[in-house]
Amino acid sequence: MTGTAADLIWIAPALALLGFVLNGTLALVRPTAKTLVSIIGAGVLLAAFGVSVTVFRAFADLHADAPVVFRYWSWIPVGTLQVDFALQVDQLSIVMLLIVTGVGSLIHLFSIGYMKDDPGYARYFAYLNLFIFFMLVLVLGANFPVMFVGWEGVGLCSYLLIGFWFSEKANADAGRKAFIMNRIGDFGFMVAMFMIFWSTGSLDFGAVFTHAPTALVPGGGAITAITLFLFLGCTGKSAQIPLYTWLPDAMAGPTPVSALIHAATMVTAGVYLVARCNVLFAMAPLSSAVVAGVGALTALFAATIALKQWDIKRVLAYSTISQLGYMFLGVGTGAISAGIFHLTTHAFFKALLFLGSGSVIYAMHHAYHTTHSHEDAQDMRNMGGLARYLPWTTALMWIATLAIAGIPPLSGFFSKDEILTAAFARGTTNPAWLVFWVFGLAAALLTAFYMTRLMLYTFHGPNRTGEKEREHLHEAPWIMTGPLLVLGILSAAGGLLNVPELYHGSARLHQWLEPVTQPGAAMVPEAHLSTATEWMLVGVAVLIAVLGIVGAWRLLNPAALVPARDAPAERGFARILRHKWYVDEIYDALIVRPLVWLSTEILWKRIDQQAIDGATVNGVARGARALGWANRWLQTGQVGVYVAVFVIGVLLIIWRSVG
Amino acid sequence: MTYGRWVITLLLTWPLLAGLIVLFVPARLAKQVAFAASLIEFVISVPLWWAFVPSGGMQFMVDLPWIPAWGIHYTVGLDGISLFLVLLTTFLMPLSVLGSWSYITKRENGFYALLLVLTTGMIGVFVALDLFFFYVMWEVMLIPMYFIIGVWGGENRLYAAIKFFIYTFFGSLLMLVAILVLYLHTGRATGLYSFSYAHLLSQIGTLGPAAWWLFAAFFLAFAIKVPLFPLHTWLPDAHVEAPTAGSVLLAGILLKMGTYGFLRFAVPFFPGVALNEVVQLVIVGLALIGIIYGGLVAMVQPDFKKLIAYSSVAHLGFVVLGIWAMTLQSVQGALLVMINHGISTGALFFLVGMIYERRHSRLIAAYGGIARVVPLFSAILTVVSLSSIALPGTNGFVGEFLVLLGSFRTYPVITALATTGVIVAAAYLLTALQRVIYNPLTDHENEKLTDLSVRELAVLVPLLVCILWLGIYPQPFLRRMEPSARQLIEQVRPGATQGQPPFATGEGGGGGGGERGGTPQ
Repeated sequence: MTGTAADLIWIAPALALLGFVLNGTLALVRPTAKTLVSIIGAGVLLAAFGVSVTVFRAFADLHADAPVVFRYWSWIPVGTLQVDFALQVDQLSIVMLLIVTGVGSLIHLFSIGYMKDDPGYARYFAYLNLFIFFMLVLVLGANFPVMFVGWEGVGLCSYLLIGFWFSEKANADAGRKAFIMNRIGDFGFMVAMFMIFWSTGSLDFGAVFTHAPTALVPGGGAITAITLFLFLGCTGKSAQIPLYTWLPDAMAGPTPVSALIHAATMVTAGVYLVARCNVLFAMAPLSSAVVAGVGALTALFAATIALKQWDIKRVLAYSTISQLGYMFLGVGTGAISAGIFHLTTHAFFKALLFLGSGSVIYAMHHAYHTTHSHEDAQDMRNMGGLARYLPWTTALMWIATLAIAGIPPLSGFFSKDEILTAAFARGTTNPAWLVFWVFGLAAALLTAFYMTRLMLYTFHGPNRTGEKEREHLHEAPWIMTGPLLVLGILSAAGGLLNVPELYHGSARLHQWLEPVTQPGAAMVPEAHLSTATEWMLVGVAVLIAVLGIVGAWRLLNPAALVPARDAPAERGFARILRHKWYVDEIYDALIVRPLVWLSTEILWKRIDQQAIDGATVNGVARGARALGWANRWLQTGQVGVYVAVFVIGVLLIIWRSVG
Repeated sequence: MTYGRWVITLLLTWPLLAGLIVLFVPARLAKQVAFAASLIEFVISVPLWWAFVPSGGMQFMVDLPWIPAWGIHYTVGLDGISLFLVLLTTFLMPLSVLGSWSYITKRENGFYALLLVLTTGMIGVFVALDLFFFYVMWEVMLIPMYFIIGVWGGENRLYAAIKFFIYTFFGSLLMLVAILVLYLHTGRATGLYSFSYAHLLSQIGTLGPAAWWLFAAFFLAFAIKVPLFPLHTWLPDAHVEAPTAGSVLLAGILLKMGTYGFLRFAVPFFPGVALNEVVQLVIVGLALIGIIYGGLVAMVQPDFKKLIAYSSVAHLGFVVLGIWAMTLQSVQGALLVMINHGISTGALFFLVGMIYERRHSRLIAAYGGIARVVPLFSAILTVVSLSSIALPGTNGFVGEFLVLLGSFRTYPVITALATTGVIVAAAYLLTALQRVIYNPLTDHENEKLTDLSVRELAVLVPLLVCILWLGIYPQPFLRRMEPSARQLIEQVRPGATQGQPPFATGEGGGGGGGERGGTPQ
């Protein structure tokens, strides 16, 4: 306890939990009480944001170098294992706290409009509140197991919300896929926890990070294994190679969910984990290289797929995977604050892009619904020229597009540039990072390209929605456009949070995070670039971004598009990209099917039913019956004889074993 | 402490007496009387929670001569290992009666009387401290269950009942022989012929090579009961055919007798054999196979009850792993998984029974999309499934986490492999969940399903409370178990619980190092 307002931190998750309990009850008892549900659902979030701001200000006044830990109760105490249910407030968790409750509030407000006609309205807000609860536990947990509660809890909510419209099998499938793939990552998280406990004697963040440098040999096998297992957890939660394939499918959920969970908050949990454990990763250079390499590769790989998707949300999904890759490139390079900076700006512009696409889908859906048409409301081939009908959305999404593409002085420019610069700087001593840097640069080109493509096909050129439908296209109500506006401002100005010294800024976020990042940073060799080199890098990055945008604008011709219904199938390389490099199919053929076949045909039918039951158990029974037949002459019908035989047998065994 | 003196005896005799009463009341009153009786039984047991002194070792003991000429006593008592198994039994009994309310429609008197006799048998097994009395109770519990499956079971009930009986009886005969040998041996060695647990335990050091055979006999008897792979094939049949209450008690209590037997008899009696490196490795290996194999086979079951049965093989695999890893965390985790499995799997069987009563099908494919029709049922099924797949915040997590964390110290590689069981568990249970409550609603008969009744809620809500309680605040349970678990480990592996220094200290480079194996690379 600090005796300041920071002590109120528990109220933030408690409010979200309260919202879940109330809305969950309403969902079962009075699902039609939508006004009440909205007030509770959005109200608890706004209140939690208020609490977060209060805590932030109180904590900032403390000027604390160490986290403030609040212990509530002893959770799992066994011998030397003492896990408390404890939360901690420090510079890093505060940043996450503000993003989760702040962006979360905006998305809750947007949802009020977006979901207003849905029969599952109360259930939706219940899940959304529960998600916020678990997300706050994740970022505030003061030890690995409590963080794991949030870690799996957000996975649960993601599962429930992806499959929110569960009457479609594809949606339910997507939810299940997300959960199981996340569980593969969680397996890594668990094994890492076991190793951490038995090597440092604790699972509390404070104790682990203090003891690790002495308890484990830097660069040794143990610390490398620990960090790689942790990173396996990250690849699941944050959709990196090889566990990313659930995220595009996760777009089956309502669009605000995609914005909140699958763009702004949950999927960044892996980045947060690496940042949180920066000491451990700094001790394991090999693991750090893996983190950076996987991040760079994912950034590029996902961007190639985004080039050829037609579903507006899928483009954004692959874009998210790609941007998460940047964040891992950042934290893997040891540029923790750069990774968190990009996490923050990405939360702004990607939430804006998703909510904007939600606004588009809302309009399209409304138009098709009015005319009883069954076209795909998310396929960009059915859109075009929407700028005329949705001017606000168009303008705001352009801001986000320029931000993600890295056009100065929008937020994404600063954060992405910082990561690329850090990678290049590391490349001066370790050439592997130069490769990562090239990957990142190539991904930046593709990002600018596919985002411009998205904007071009959606908002410009001729409209392909249909004659009748066109009349019903219009901007969403203000409860939805309002949050977009706020996010637009943040996307544009978010860079102010951390203007680097190159532009005579004070790198505020970087300095704010220093108490958290310092221990790890002290172990990583510092690389300095001359100012000239830095300016050169900035020039290259901006050039690349402009090239991508102009290239897409010149090369693509929206007038040549036909509605999805009439569109021909792609050919050649485009077809491979359209089918996402066939990774899902490969996983299915190499892992899923063989496993099901093995379980059904071999384990169950061969081993269980035939070998154990058929041959052995029932075989023994048959043998006994045959023996009984052969020994029929022994059957005198006198119980006494049986007992005697039995007793003699027993005694024989006893005599043999004792004597 | 008069309560302490009569409580166990009362817990053993009251169900017998009540069973006798149930036999002679009018059929329509049978369940009411049985419910009242089991509720009274539960109320009698509840004060144990407070009366139990964690550091008090074996308590509530009663020791009376039964057949003095043969050294047979009525000796009973409770420690931190058996306390919760007794409480779990008395807790599940009223729920089982309530859950059978409309399921059992024929020969109700007989059914409920047997259920009560079964209660005596189950509690008797957990409190017996005289091996003869233990054996009697072991058989007492076997016979009612045989009839519960064989008379009130499904279509294939006779096959299942006989299979269950022969499997278990085979094991228990071996155990009987082993008990007699132990009795004769100690009698000859000390001149005092007694079946007393304490007396036999004090003579374990003098067994010599016979210990191997005796351990094998005990082990086999208990391993069948657990069931440990490959001795598990009676379980799916018995579960599928048994009526709801039978399945609940079979999974909830009867399986635990096997693991309880390991903890109380097989390991402490023969620590030299049980913890022999090769034996240990074989058993832990079988547990690992059970975890993965049980999960994979569960994944492809078309019958929901069979799926749960195979999932039990996996869950009990965690228990066996925890016991044989013999660290404080793993043993307490094993105890917790035993309780959790009783709660969560019990709840799953109740839920499947409830939906079966409505649609008369256990096939997963018969359902689909019913979340829209029966939201309450679906919500509870979801929570229970999540607890079964060990989502943090539910009971399942705390147990599995402790088992795996503790076992990792002894068997890092095997434990890491066993941890993949959490992936498989999500695969089979969430797939089943999806096929039952999600997906399009295709069968119109499912549109007429009615949601849970008040009585059914009364069965499920106590279980849900336990799921959350044990998940969020398991400390009161852990605190009561710890001294007994510690004592057991000290007894079989002196010095093991002291300190438990970190094993990878300063040995990074090569492979972490450690007691056995070191950290996997």
